[in-house]
Amino acid sequence: MTDLSSATPSHLDPTRSFQGLILTLHDFWAKHGCVVLQPYDMEVGAGTFHPATTLRSLGPKPWKAAYVQPSRRPTDGRYGENPMRLQHYYQYQVLLKPSPPDLQELYLQSLYAIGIDPMMHDIRFVEDDWESPTLGAWGLGWEVWCDGMEVSQFTYFQQVCGQECKPVSGELTYGLERLAMYVQGVDNVYDLNFNGRDGDERISYGDVFLQAEQEFSRFDLEFADTEILFRHFEDHEKEARALLEKGAEAMDQSRSDADPKGLHKCAMPAYDQTIKASHVFNLLDARGVISVTERQSYILRVRDLAKACGEAYVQTRDGGAA
Amino acid sequence: MPDLLLELFCEEIPARMQAKAASDLKKLITDGLVDAGLTYEGAKAHVTPRRLTLDLRGLTTRSADVREERKGPRTDAPEKAVAGFLRGAGLDDVTQAEVRTDPKKGDFYVAVIEKPGRAAEDVIAELVPQVVRNFPWPKSQRWGNGTLRWVRPLRSILCTFGPETEEPEVVPFEVDGIVSGNTTYGHRFHAPDAISVKRFDDYADALGKAHVVLDAERRRDMIEAGAKELAFAQGLELVEDPGLLAEVAGLVEWPVPLMGTFDKAFLDLPDEAIRLTIKDNQKCFVLKGADGALSNRFILVANLDATDGGTEIVRGNEKVVNARLADARFFWETDLTTVVNDGIESWLPKLNDVTFHAKLGSQGERVQRIEALAREFSTITGGHSSRTERAARLAKADLNSAMVYEFPELQGLMGRLYAEVGGEDPSVAAASQQHYQPSGPSDAVPDDPIAVAVALADRLDLLTAFWAIEEKPTGSKDPFALRRAALGVIRLVLQNDLRLRLLPAINLLILARCMKEPKAAFASNIELPNVANRSPKLAFELDEWRNRQTRALFQKNFTTGGIAKKATADLLSFFHDRLTVWLKDQGARDDVVKAVLGTEGANDDLLMVARRVEALTAFLNDAEGENLTQGFKRAGNILAAERKKGTDVAAEIAPNLFDSEEERALFAAVETASRDVPALTEQEDFNGALKALAALRGPVDAFFEAVHVNADDEAVRGNRLAVLAALQATAAPIADFSKLQG
Repeated sequence: MTDLSSATPSHLDPTRSFQGLILTLHDFWAKHGCVVLQPYDMEVGAGTFHPATTLRSLGPKPWKAAYVQPSRRPTDGRYGENPMRLQHYYQYQVLLKPSPPDLQELYLQSLYAIGIDPMMHDIRFVEDDWESPTLGAWGLGWEVWCDGMEVSQFTYFQQVCGQECKPVSGELTYGLERLAMYVQGVDNVYDLNFNGRDGDERISYGDVFLQAEQEFSRFDLEFADTEILFRHFEDHEKEARALLEKGAEAMDQSRSDADPKGLHKCAMPAYDQTIKASHVFNLLDARGVISVTERQSYILRVRDLAKACGEAYVQTRDGGAA
Repeated sequence: MPDLLLELFCEEIPARMQAKAASDLKKLITDGLVDAGLTYEGAKAHVTPRRLTLDLRGLTTRSADVREERKGPRTDAPEKAVAGFLRGAGLDDVTQAEVRTDPKKGDFYVAVIEKPGRAAEDVIAELVPQVVRNFPWPKSQRWGNGTLRWVRPLRSILCTFGPETEEPEVVPFEVDGIVSGNTTYGHRFHAPDAISVKRFDDYADALGKAHVVLDAERRRDMIEAGAKELAFAQGLELVEDPGLLAEVAGLVEWPVPLMGTFDKAFLDLPDEAIRLTIKDNQKCFVLKGADGALSNRFILVANLDATDGGTEIVRGNEKVVNARLADARFFWETDLTTVVNDGIESWLPKLNDVTFHAKLGSQGERVQRIEALAREFSTITGGHSSRTERAARLAKADLNSAMVYEFPELQGLMGRLYAEVGGEDPSVAAASQQHYQPSGPSDAVPDDPIAVAVALADRLDLLTAFWAIEEKPTGSKDPFALRRAALGVIRLVLQNDLRLRLLPAINLLILARCMKEPKAAFASNIELPNVANRSPKLAFELDEWRNRQTRALFQKNFTTGGIAKKATADLLSFFHDRLTVWLKDQGARDDVVKAVLGTEGANDDLLMVARRVEALTAFLNDAEGENLTQGFKRAGNILAAERKKGTDVAAEIAPNLFDSEEERALFAAVETASRDVPALTEQEDFNGALKALAALRGPVDAFFEAVHVNADDEAVRGNRLAVLAALQATAAPIADFSKLQG
């Protein structure tokens, strides 16, 4: 384990600044061979939706990635008034494929790196089976508790987009705001020190995000035009289907004696459309215009798309078909 | 004799699966050893969050040699038969078989198969990988590149075997790349390094030093004792929770109870809400003061001796508990605002959006049915009818409160609290909680007429609905707890002395379901015509409904023995099964219950069934009753035998054919009894009715003593049989005596 006492400048100190926490995790996982990616440029409900996790966990090829992903949860909008709940927050996501035998130890070392000493804190792996009905995915693992607070999700993927995961990927998801509040000793998320400076130079989480939380809460819960959203859902669903079909047609045409199977030509754009449909569904859900029975059928529609994308992706090069 | 030590070390095993995993490990290994011909003296399994351990003592070192002879075909049998025999016996050619001579059969082949005994090590090395591969985890997973499944990744296997006096040896085997060895690991943080062990004693010892308490029972005791001590020091008392205790013991290898405090202001929340928040989310225990009031302190259980004595851990947990309670208070206050501003009723429309069951519609529809039904039942329970209706209407409203959404276990309790805040009548408010009772065989039964009516309506709606769609409990599968619901009806009826004819009630409800015309059931009533008389509104609806065409369908369903009729009979017999179990639990004889239930047409009034069982039990405890039973049985046997032979039993008794005093005396006694018994039964004087039957004993005994039933004269015989039939019929209102034993 690394020595915490080495003098880290405060703007990089994980216990003093939000960005320092992120940079420390980047540094840690980069040292362990991960490609450090940037957030996916699309609205998603969780870091898992990033193709670097969803799609890369499919097929046989090894993969190691770490990145921050903004997560949009329209139903959690609280107009910036709840000290812990946000409709937009950050997840730090790590995917290691295949899951290494020392994954738990690596994870604990990463906690140590951000200032959580396991001999002074009570760190626990508490059963939590993960399932994403919209992604047709499930895995077993835990939620990780630090002194009774859930700070991460730890999952061994068994199935993603309806595909069996072979090999199995290990996924770590850190709730960055929660962890930062913990190591900074702050009770309100908006009070987090973002840049690690003091006095006039100090930028808080609220300085960065409070207005956005207020405005997006209005959008999520009141203003969003549900008619437009319903239409968008249909459009994205249609486009995803069309892209999958076109990619498959192109695959048929590209077959040759040298390559009798061919490769699917358009799995990733179809997956983008699926993510969009999924987010539109979340917005509709937050606006309370989807009844319980309809809700199930929307989830199934997204899942069908995700499964079709998974099937297409395993017929691509990165999906292991070549 | 040598001992076996086996440890399967893995990543954290869910607490709820640990106990069963330990017993499965013990059973699978010991069964496997015994099947292989080995014996052992004793075995004990242990489990912590990270390991499953089996400590098996006194295993035999070898299984015995087995010699088996297999008889084959004659030496001159066709080649095919001989080949088949050789294949079956595992022989390469016929020279390996012996030839025996039998004086009768001639020469035939015998294969002598010798199975040498196997060394215990070999058996273990083969058995353990099999057990690991096929372990019955409720849910299991793969990891990395492997194909093995385990509850969470399996990291190492320790397996040593050897006598006490010598150095035990590692039993060598491999499962999906994991090679057995003699090392284990201590506490994840206190002692993470590998530890080499020999046998159980030094293993348990080494683990103890490495901050691992192997024995779950001991971890539980440590937590309980530690928690009580901390509480006592503050003048507080632990609110015990055995389920939570067992769970927490499964979350730690080194339990360290610590005490935390939350903001006193949260004590305004209902106690149950505080307890559940702290228990469900944080796995912590709550404490109460000497006055029984909840304290603002709680007990958490850490998994280590922290370097700072636990200060940071307590601080962290306090923060989370406060945040959770703040959440709960937010829900509580949100709900209160709703109740005060918009009324509890504002939650009701949302029930229409909640599917109760795909085939049975929404919760909202269900509430409407319960409401109508509860109103009917209020005439039986004596509850104020419109208040009962109101109580039923509100009974499920809290399902849409924020609190119950967050803590489903609080359903009912929150309903009551919100109804009180909303200014409902106390009985109406209490019914929100009490209508869920009794929730099990030992739970209290409500006695408020309003709560009882709602509780009955809730359960009968549930039962008839599932019977109508033919989703009944089978074997151990009872996902909607229908057995519990039926027992609930039984206990509600019996403990509140309620008169309810089940048959017409369930018949109507099931029929209404089958007809997809639920209104019909409520347009009719439960106990025609009594209820209709008392309920003018109902009488009106009934008339209206009777005029409708649906009546034809109703009749058809009723009489054609369709699904409704079948389901009704089936549900009644389900009630009878539950009632039998319940009465037997209360000490009743099985045959007595069966005899009483054997009175068709009079066995759907559960209270009367129970009363008759009670009276008959007392009657039979008397020698006189027992003797009379013999008389009845004798009469029954003779009748049955003669009927089987086709003997004519006279349709009417002709006194002029009597030729003895005993016959006349019995006839007179039967006539008296057949007048008195039904009358007394009608008055629900079952003891009196049985006493009236008892008066038959003298004449019956004398009759069988003096009279020969099977007289040569056919008319006389038929007449005597008719007297016996009349005798038998006297008991019919009470019980079918032929079902009684001995």
